[in-house]
Amino acid sequence: MNDHDLRFAKRLVLLNSAVPAVVLGWDAWHHQLGANPVNFAILTTGMLALVFLLLTLLVTPLRVLSGWNWIIFSRRTLGLYAFFYAALHFLIFFSLDRGFSVASTVSEMVQRKYLLVGITGLLVMVPLAVTSTNAMIKRLGGKRWRALHRLAYVAAVAGVIHYYMQVKKDVRQPLAFAAVLAILLGYRWWATLRRPVPAGAGKAGGGL
Amino acid sequence: MQEPDKISQREITDPAVYFNRRQFLQTGILAASAVATGVVYHELNHPAAGVTKTVPLAGLTTTPTNADNGFHAAEPATSFQDITHYNNFYEFSTDKEGVAAAAAGFNTRGWQVSVEGLVRHPRVFSLAELLSLSPPEERIYRMRCVETWSMVIPWAGYSLSKLLDVVEPLEGARYVAFESLLDPQRMPGQRADVLNWPYVEGLRLDEAMHPLTLLASGIYGQALPPQDGAPLRLVVPWKYGFKGIKSIVKIKLVAEQPRTTWSEAGPNEYGFYANVNPHVDHPRWSQATEQRIGQSGRRPTLMFNGYEAQVGHLYAGLDLRANF
Repeated sequence: MNDHDLRFAKRLVLLNSAVPAVVLGWDAWHHQLGANPVNFAILTTGMLALVFLLLTLLVTPLRVLSGWNWIIFSRRTLGLYAFFYAALHFLIFFSLDRGFSVASTVSEMVQRKYLLVGITGLLVMVPLAVTSTNAMIKRLGGKRWRALHRLAYVAAVAGVIHYYMQVKKDVRQPLAFAAVLAILLGYRWWATLRRPVPAGAGKAGGGL
Repeated sequence: MQEPDKISQREITDPAVYFNRRQFLQTGILAASAVATGVVYHELNHPAAGVTKTVPLAGLTTTPTNADNGFHAAEPATSFQDITHYNNFYEFSTDKEGVAAAAAGFNTRGWQVSVEGLVRHPRVFSLAELLSLSPPEERIYRMRCVETWSMVIPWAGYSLSKLLDVVEPLEGARYVAFESLLDPQRMPGQRADVLNWPYVEGLRLDEAMHPLTLLASGIYGQALPPQDGAPLRLVVPWKYGFKGIKSIVKIKLVAEQPRTTWSEAGPNEYGFYANVNPHVDHPRWSQATEQRIGQSGRRPTLMFNGYEAQVGHLYAGLDLRANF
């Protein structure tokens, strides 16, 4: 894949990942978010954050299993979109549901375990977003950067648990997310067992 | 095969044209992919839309209201569109925005309701017989869902007590048990074990006899649409919405507290009483405030959903925290 194609592929991912946000914004502007628009927006952005987290975690297994090394380019974009949707999810909750009240937001969070789990997932994504640039990867060094970015697993697990905990009764959807996440994490566990990396053999561009 | 050098210089596309064409093509693909993503996304995740067909309810009367009986909440009613497109009715779908579409065309022909148990005159009513017991009255009630959203709904129906007076509860009757239709053919949500079907609910006899407790057959002067519990449902305005059992086929007077679907599904989250109470939180969320559908911002939830003056006496001496 040449530079031109790669640039094009990057644009493709960048643009398409923004589409749900644009549609949501458009529908909100035209009062097309149904009977409970705030709730609809919160649910939608939360779901999108989870979808993008899982897509981010899908890149490496797909790359290894398919041999399409070039798809690694999409991991950062997808990860940043996961953070974007999770942050949007929280901001809508804070502004439109809690009416910008810090006191009410904090008191809800302290009392509701599922909110604590959710905010944990969002907060661990902050250092990941901050260190997502090439300069930061260089500054941290590949090994430390990779270790730090394993926090993505924590974010995904927290996100799925957060979703599961707030569903009233029909847990089929959160369980589907959990199943996909289990496969993606299980693959990594299996890969480490199968190919123990010799000490000091930091492979370029590696990282599970 | 042609030798490369046989291509004349004139045939080679000018690089400027070539890259323009490439750029043009890529822009086209980008735009097309964005549209495709938008269509797929919207298909997977969209709020409820569509119009619900209505049938006017015959003989609707307006009951004389006074400030004390709570029959007419002095608040703007939620729109018909929202009342019919934001429903908790797991028999059709667990997606509140998907119930209207899933329930469209629900067939209620030949509907019967068996009123039985500890009554002097047990009887199977046809829907027409049941509705003819008393003319439908318009009652504008607040409706508070346990999920912290609320509506104001202009119901049509009559007090359940009128039916109970006809069948005459016997001495030992202390509770009323209700049952919804069980028919996975007509109610596709029942094909999944999300809840223990059929849906069952119950009230204490004094709660059932309270004039606010409504046997509803309509909203906005129209026959109940399928998604709102056609053809006949219960409305108990001071309790969380899930007490308002829909599509009723059986009403049984009993001596012991009957089982109820949600209290069995989550014993520490949903109680038999389920009175609206801002001071007793759901284990997973606060019940102090609510989102009124159609309005922005949250409002405080009222004790007994604002019907404390009418029903507070029913619970004198009862520990509402233990009996949630």
